[in-house]
Amino acid sequence: MAEVMVIKDVEALAAEWGIDTSQLDYDSIELPRGEDFGIISDDEDVYQEEQLDSDTGFGNVIVVDNLPVVPLEKFEKLEGVVRKIYSQIGVIKEDGLWMPVDSKTNKTLGYCFIEYNTPQEAELAKEKTNGYRLDKSHFFAVNMFDDFDRFMRVPDEWVAPEIKPYVPGENLQQWLTDEKARDQFVIRAGTDTEVFWNDARHLKPDPVYKRAFWTEGYVQWSPLGTYLATVHRQGAAVWGGAETFNRLMRYAHPQVKLIDFSPGEKYLVTYSSHEPSNPRDANRVIINIFDVRTGKVMRDFKGSADEFAIGGAGGVTGVSWPVFRWGGGKDDKYFAKLGKNMISVYETETFSLIDKKSMKIENVMDFTWSPADPIFALFVPELGGGNQPARVSLVQIPGKQELRQKNLFSVSDCKMYWQSCGEYLAVKVDRYTKTKKSTYTGFELFRIKERDIPIEVLELENKNDKIIAFAWEPKGHRFAVIHGDGPRPDVSFYSMKTAQHSGRVSKLTTLKGKQANALFWSPSGHYVILAGMKGFNGQLEFYNVDELETMATAEHFMATDVEWDPTGRYVATAVTSVHHEMENGFNIWSFNGKLLYRTLKDHFFQYQWRPRPPSFLSAEKEEEVAKNLKKYSKKYEAEDQDVSLQLSEQDREKRRLLKSEWEQWVNRWKQMHEEEKLERQNLRDGEASDEEEEYEAKEVEVEEVLDVSEEVVSFEYGQ
Amino acid sequence: MRPILMKGHERPLTFLKYNREGDLLFSCAKDHTPTVWFADDGERLGTYRGHNGAVWSCDVSRDSMMLITASADQTAKLWNVQTGAQLFTFNFDSPARSVDLSVGDNLAVITTDPFMAFTSAIHVKRIASDSSEQIGDSVLVLKGPQGRINRAVWGPLNRTIISAGEDSIIRRWDTETGKLLQESEPEVGHKKQITSLTKSADCSHFITGSLDKSAKLWDIRDLSLIKTYLTERPVNAVTMSPLLDHVVLGGGQDASAVTTTDHRAGKFEAKFFDKILQEEIGGVKGHFGPINALAFNPDGKSFSSGGEDGYVRLHHFDPDYFSIKI
Repeated sequence: MAEVMVIKDVEALAAEWGIDTSQLDYDSIELPRGEDFGIISDDEDVYQEEQLDSDTGFGNVIVVDNLPVVPLEKFEKLEGVVRKIYSQIGVIKEDGLWMPVDSKTNKTLGYCFIEYNTPQEAELAKEKTNGYRLDKSHFFAVNMFDDFDRFMRVPDEWVAPEIKPYVPGENLQQWLTDEKARDQFVIRAGTDTEVFWNDARHLKPDPVYKRAFWTEGYVQWSPLGTYLATVHRQGAAVWGGAETFNRLMRYAHPQVKLIDFSPGEKYLVTYSSHEPSNPRDANRVIINIFDVRTGKVMRDFKGSADEFAIGGAGGVTGVSWPVFRWGGGKDDKYFAKLGKNMISVYETETFSLIDKKSMKIENVMDFTWSPADPIFALFVPELGGGNQPARVSLVQIPGKQELRQKNLFSVSDCKMYWQSCGEYLAVKVDRYTKTKKSTYTGFELFRIKERDIPIEVLELENKNDKIIAFAWEPKGHRFAVIHGDGPRPDVSFYSMKTAQHSGRVSKLTTLKGKQANALFWSPSGHYVILAGMKGFNGQLEFYNVDELETMATAEHFMATDVEWDPTGRYVATAVTSVHHEMENGFNIWSFNGKLLYRTLKDHFFQYQWRPRPPSFLSAEKEEEVAKNLKKYSKKYEAEDQDVSLQLSEQDREKRRLLKSEWEQWVNRWKQMHEEEKLERQNLRDGEASDEEEEYEAKEVEVEEVLDVSEEVVSFEYGQ
Repeated sequence: MRPILMKGHERPLTFLKYNREGDLLFSCAKDHTPTVWFADDGERLGTYRGHNGAVWSCDVSRDSMMLITASADQTAKLWNVQTGAQLFTFNFDSPARSVDLSVGDNLAVITTDPFMAFTSAIHVKRIASDSSEQIGDSVLVLKGPQGRINRAVWGPLNRTIISAGEDSIIRRWDTETGKLLQESEPEVGHKKQITSLTKSADCSHFITGSLDKSAKLWDIRDLSLIKTYLTERPVNAVTMSPLLDHVVLGGGQDASAVTTTDHRAGKFEAKFFDKILQEEIGGVKGHFGPINALAFNPDGKSFSSGGEDGYVRLHHFDPDYFSIKI
């Protein structure tokens, strides 16, 4: 709105001055520096925040206090000591160390200034040497020069904070009350980020909100769908609201690269990694944990990348994200980080380590939280050449008691898979064969909710089969495994219950020779998509696990992503431009494999359904609904019918309109064409032309004499 | 019906043209010899030998006596259709890209590519009714558009010339004065290079195909956009049925990317669209390279496509094609 007015004003002014604005290249106009002509930028407050940091231009200067006060003779020695300490951390600028001397006493004043090349180095120096013990009575107090201003501005007297009147916020979960019970999704294509309703009834996406350059990295829904997070150079932001997408909060974190929400979306973890000044050092990592609602930093972690890059897949350099794994269900009570020989568990009440210390676990490789309870499973590999067995343990927080432990022998690797309700844990164990030349795989299945946590061992029929994929049925007791060595692997389904014996795992079926390498269960269970990604070019098989039958097979050529909507009614498959620049876009399918609609977008980067919070219905109620589905669905069927009738009516109307428009246009042309008939004929030297003449097909028989030859034919009379 | 495969060219096809009666089909390819075929059964009638470079385009006179071809050897040639004899050669300073004969066949518009120091240009030549009196002088030379001009055709009554090319803008020129009359609106126009342009049978409108994966239908008199057809692949060739309200789009992924992916990724299909409703009706598969040329038989009962694969495919429609309803 504001822009339109401004342009109008400009045009009026230009007309006054006799300037032709159409000849003007607006982009080439440069405003004087620092002058905005009163046009308020959207990002103004961000700039202001930034300016606070760099106002003085002394971001790379630190102040070291609590130095010994020495006379001039000792000045050089002290300076040498200080220089030695601080040049270890970063490169001190030439003349970058200044220790003032009191001109009256000819003694130092007990502090000095150090200027580094970069603010990062200064920050690091502050962190590392604050509280450094030089000798018995001298502990360094190090501060950023820029901070002094801030410290000085702290008023001496305490002023009671103003209590703002309560303003009711908007309903951030408005989208859940959609009358048609549709789901939303966000896509990112080119520079645009768009949110749509999935309007499956009308077989098209229904736009909600669109914004160009909404994010400089990626976008991410919070786990319960309340917020959409965007990543920017200055930090992260979350968006949401009843009607449209407003910015709800910003989280300053320069050069943030990765973000992660806690499962109850109370906290946001942001991560950035910075190039070190010394190339031999590891990257410097900064992690902030924000309170999503207030935007306050609850805790920050800083350090070298090495400290955060432990565990994961066998020492690959770089941080395995998320660094902090959230546990304890939806209450966001605990989070933990894997360290060298330890697991550090923090609780969110104080944002400090539980019992003020990390759990020491020699050689721990990996751990995963139960999705529902404050329990995690950890894996320790074999030690001492097999003298000490590998083990998988279940640990309860906050007590840190070990609930269950299983020792395993000749293990090469372990992977842990929790079922979504935390009822079962499957541990995939790769063991060496006797020759140690190859490995084979088995599963250890834990029943967490049963007494003493019984463990069952499951081995595949063909022990040499490689496991390609494993997935639990969400909220269910079944799991699917893709296994096999050949180009067409098998898919097996198992249940943790057996008809006669509820405590035993049993195989339901094995499907032979499938073109699949990934499993995507419906979030409500029962249905699974066996997908052949990458090498299989996007084969999709929609499988009903209750009936053990294939519902449909389809293909979304070169599909890179498969994502179920949070209700399990629809599936989106997408081809993102990450691997493949062609055919970018997404398809929406019904749960049983019917293609509903497809949308093509060039430079398609991201597709994400907006998650829904868990249903308030109890498990019994849900079951009841499922049982009496017929009763409930009647109403919706009628609605569907109406919509489809209306739709076809609209369609017909539209077509009629298009046709009549075309008729009109053609008739106008025909008239003109008729008028010009004579001229056309003249151009052709009087030859009748075009359609007027419509040549008739006359059949003309032409007999041509090709050759004449005479022959004497012998003929006998009188017979 | 099964398509007839015509393998007469050794290099990718560039252009296809039916004569007015629809019994002859002329094909141009990157090999140097334009070829004429029986449009009914695909029998090869003969070739026109004499060019020394890829032949980009051709046109045939109303009486099917004279053929004109434009070639990358910097010439355009006139041929006797029946005997294959060269009648005349127009020499240019850069490759000739497209050619179109006027109503009455006494003018030809020929476009030339930018080459070395020469910019692209549109030449208008007078075609003598007796080839012995033919001269090479241009009646008119139009210059201005940046980049290659992929196609220039005559407007109604030879009063205008419509040109389109690499700069994705369609231009209308006055043939009397040589003035640029109009440019297409960039907002509604193509976003990338226009690869092909075909007039309707009655010359009331024309269709353009572009690498921006769309084809657009325009009013020939005022360059107003009438329809847009969206597809999934760059469009190299477009044509319209003279009989039904159908348009056909041909194209496919860039030839240089073909070998890197599965053949299905290419989408080397001729796609049929409803001209009025802008909805896709169907597709004709078969080529294993992008489609570079498309032409409809003037009777509307068959069409042919020429591909990067060097084949011409001649399709006679099944009877049920004529009863498609949507």
